[in-house]
Amino acid sequence: MTIVLQASAVTKRFGGLTAVKSVDLEVNEGEVVGLIGPNGAGKTTFFNCLTGLETPTAGEVTYRGTPLPRRPDLVTKAGVARTFQNIRLFPNMTALENVLVGRHTRTRAGVLAAVGRGPRYHREERESEDRSRELLDFVGLGKVRNELAKALPYGDQRKLEIARALATDPGLLLLDEPTAGMNPNETAATVKLVRAIQERSIAIVLIEHDMRFVFGLCDRVAVLVQGEKLMEGPPSAVQADERVVAAYLGTPTEEDTA
Amino acid sequence: MSVVAAARTRGGALVAPFARQLGLAGSVLLVICCFLPWSTYSGFPGKMLNSTPGGARLYVLLLALFGFLFVKDLPGRRRALGSASTFAFVIALLTMLFIAYAGRGLVNVGSGAFVGVVAALLYMVGARSLPEDDRTAPVRSLPDGRWRAAVESVLCVLAAVAALAAFVIGLGIPSTSIADGEDYRLGGAISLNDLTNESQFLSFLLFLCGLMLALSRMGVIASLGAITKRHSKVLVAAGLMAAVVFPFTQGGDGYSLRIAASIGVFAAAAVGLNIVVGLAGLLDLGYIAFFGVGAYFAAIVSGSITSVIDVHLPFGLVILLSALIAGLFGVLLGAPTLRLRGDYLAIVTLGFGEIFRITVNNLDGSAGPKLTNGPNGVSNIPDLVLPGGFSFGENHNLFGVDLPFQANYYWLEVILVAVVMTAFLRLAESRIGRAWVAIREDELAAAATGINTTRLKLLAFALGATLAGAAGSVSAHVVKVAAPDSFTFLESALLLAAVILGGMGTVQGALLGATVLYLLPEKLRFLQDLRLLVFGIVLVLIMRLRPEGLVPSKRRQREFHEAGGGADALAAPPGHAGALG
Repeated sequence: MTIVLQASAVTKRFGGLTAVKSVDLEVNEGEVVGLIGPNGAGKTTFFNCLTGLETPTAGEVTYRGTPLPRRPDLVTKAGVARTFQNIRLFPNMTALENVLVGRHTRTRAGVLAAVGRGPRYHREERESEDRSRELLDFVGLGKVRNELAKALPYGDQRKLEIARALATDPGLLLLDEPTAGMNPNETAATVKLVRAIQERSIAIVLIEHDMRFVFGLCDRVAVLVQGEKLMEGPPSAVQADERVVAAYLGTPTEEDTA
Repeated sequence: MSVVAAARTRGGALVAPFARQLGLAGSVLLVICCFLPWSTYSGFPGKMLNSTPGGARLYVLLLALFGFLFVKDLPGRRRALGSASTFAFVIALLTMLFIAYAGRGLVNVGSGAFVGVVAALLYMVGARSLPEDDRTAPVRSLPDGRWRAAVESVLCVLAAVAALAAFVIGLGIPSTSIADGEDYRLGGAISLNDLTNESQFLSFLLFLCGLMLALSRMGVIASLGAITKRHSKVLVAAGLMAAVVFPFTQGGDGYSLRIAASIGVFAAAAVGLNIVVGLAGLLDLGYIAFFGVGAYFAAIVSGSITSVIDVHLPFGLVILLSALIAGLFGVLLGAPTLRLRGDYLAIVTLGFGEIFRITVNNLDGSAGPKLTNGPNGVSNIPDLVLPGGFSFGENHNLFGVDLPFQANYYWLEVILVAVVMTAFLRLAESRIGRAWVAIREDELAAAATGINTTRLKLLAFALGATLAGAAGSVSAHVVKVAAPDSFTFLESALLLAAVILGGMGTVQGALLGATVLYLLPEKLRFLQDLRLLVFGIVLVLIMRLRPEGLVPSKRRQREFHEAGGGADALAAPPGHAGALG
């Protein structure tokens, strides 16, 4: 099995605070990996280090064997796409335009082509549009493609963000809390969506607090606590581990046990 | 405030039952008044003495005709009537005051004006006391049928012709100059502040505003907009034709062509600035400097006798090189500064604009190399001569019409504006344009979606500068001189004001904004000293009443009106914080 992402000893310090401490993570082709941990454990910072939004203080990240660049657009170009915990769409663009922006790295038309509008330009635009429509249908937003992103209901905005990320043709997709704020129906739909993405042989790393979602979906789960990786393993092992329970709920004091 | 509101409610309740009758009576009376003399002396522009309505009386008459809405209840009638009657009243009142002022006293105001003002007041009160509209006017379309496409195309052409007509009429109103106006004055005292021409232009402007508002509230403008959108090619062709034909309507007069050419220069620069500000969302306060780079370069290499370099490059090459050099300056300034956001970028660009002006002011051989002749500038730029021997400096006769030489420069401007507009429209609807808008909406998300934000911002900056450079080089040939005072901060501010007034992100908006901002001080001479004050007030009003500009892009309109208050949308640009949470 090919390793898609390899993060080794990634560390991020903000002044005196070490947000991420020497974290290793490997993701294989077509795998869904969960990243859990209590609030403030450094999960999102770790994501930011992977995607070039933050420069790690130490450590190395490689994607399919080559080191990932330290700039978000280059990371996306290399094949790692992401979504954000607090949805970050382009609110005053339509759903279709949002996804079309995702095609930016995979298209080439420059200023002269845009002004000159030769046959090549038209072909590329048509291809981008077809691909974007296909992706909107894929995530179930085909009918609202001409709606403004900000006018979409919350669940649809999450889906649209995923469609936009998919439009960059990623080999690895990082989802930051994809079901945050969703009702059970929407969460169930997201499970299906993640499975469908996995079937397109795109590896996924997701941060999540919904444990049923994580344990039902992931092939492997890593637990971050206070910036350090506490453990990593199949969902059943993580679920059964005392240390994980302790990290979330705290250790029983002596009075409790007595 | 509450007292006023209470008084209004009480007054409204008193009048409301008779609102229709009152308003109808007012409008009918107003129509009649427009055929009565408004002044006792001849000479006030618009033939205020005889019984054929002209000038302000005609505008009031046309606005009074909206009174038919008191009889026929169409959707949106209260608001439409409100606009028409209010503007009719304001025009009538202003005209009466102007007549009194120019005639040295109320005694010289005709009966028609007095009764007209009262009638307009009744009209307005009647309109404002109508019940609120229960429905807004729908966007109507023509019935399907064989002739639909043809009729719609004709409507597009008519729209272009109407725009041209409005422009021709507005330009045709003479502006006061020192030699004017001795013929009709009573008592013979000459005042330079006579204001009669100004009153003409002002009432025309108010009339246009009132007419457009009333029509838009009846849904006419939106319906027409939908039609022109379906037939955009017809509209563009008709607009271009109208622009090309314009010199033939001027009867050999060069003055308005000169003004129109200057508007063209201003509009081309405004469209270029619109790429930077409207699409990419970068506030550039020193934009005129790029225009200046183009103008100075063109001035120096075009064979002017005052130029220190004795070369005369062909015009095509001059435009190209000016654009490239200005673009290069754009890159030089942009590369280090585009990492700054918002206000900081604005300050740096503001500084660059000043540096440019002061530099060209000093390159006179005493404080630096002799290149720009300092404050005198590079003047006496020779007229353009095309390779075929066609000289731009001579009058020509085309289709039996004598055309002043200014027409040549005017047509050159039409070509420039058309090129700049095409470039803008095509860029806006492309991969690059989408990336710019994405950066404006949320820079961090744009970067994470694979957009090289630094490079694209630089591209917007450089392209804006390139277009400015091209416009500048043409402008140097039109005005025949490049001098430092043409490139002050005021000019940058005016360009920005044109973009904001017209509507960010649209070419029609930039064109309209440039036209209005150029014509206002030209036609309203008393504004000249108060120009900045008045523009400031106009901009504040626009921001308050119509933050998306006169001709907004669809996106802007949605931005400001679906999210609720315009002020909120302005105050809160899409978040910069929070990604790292």
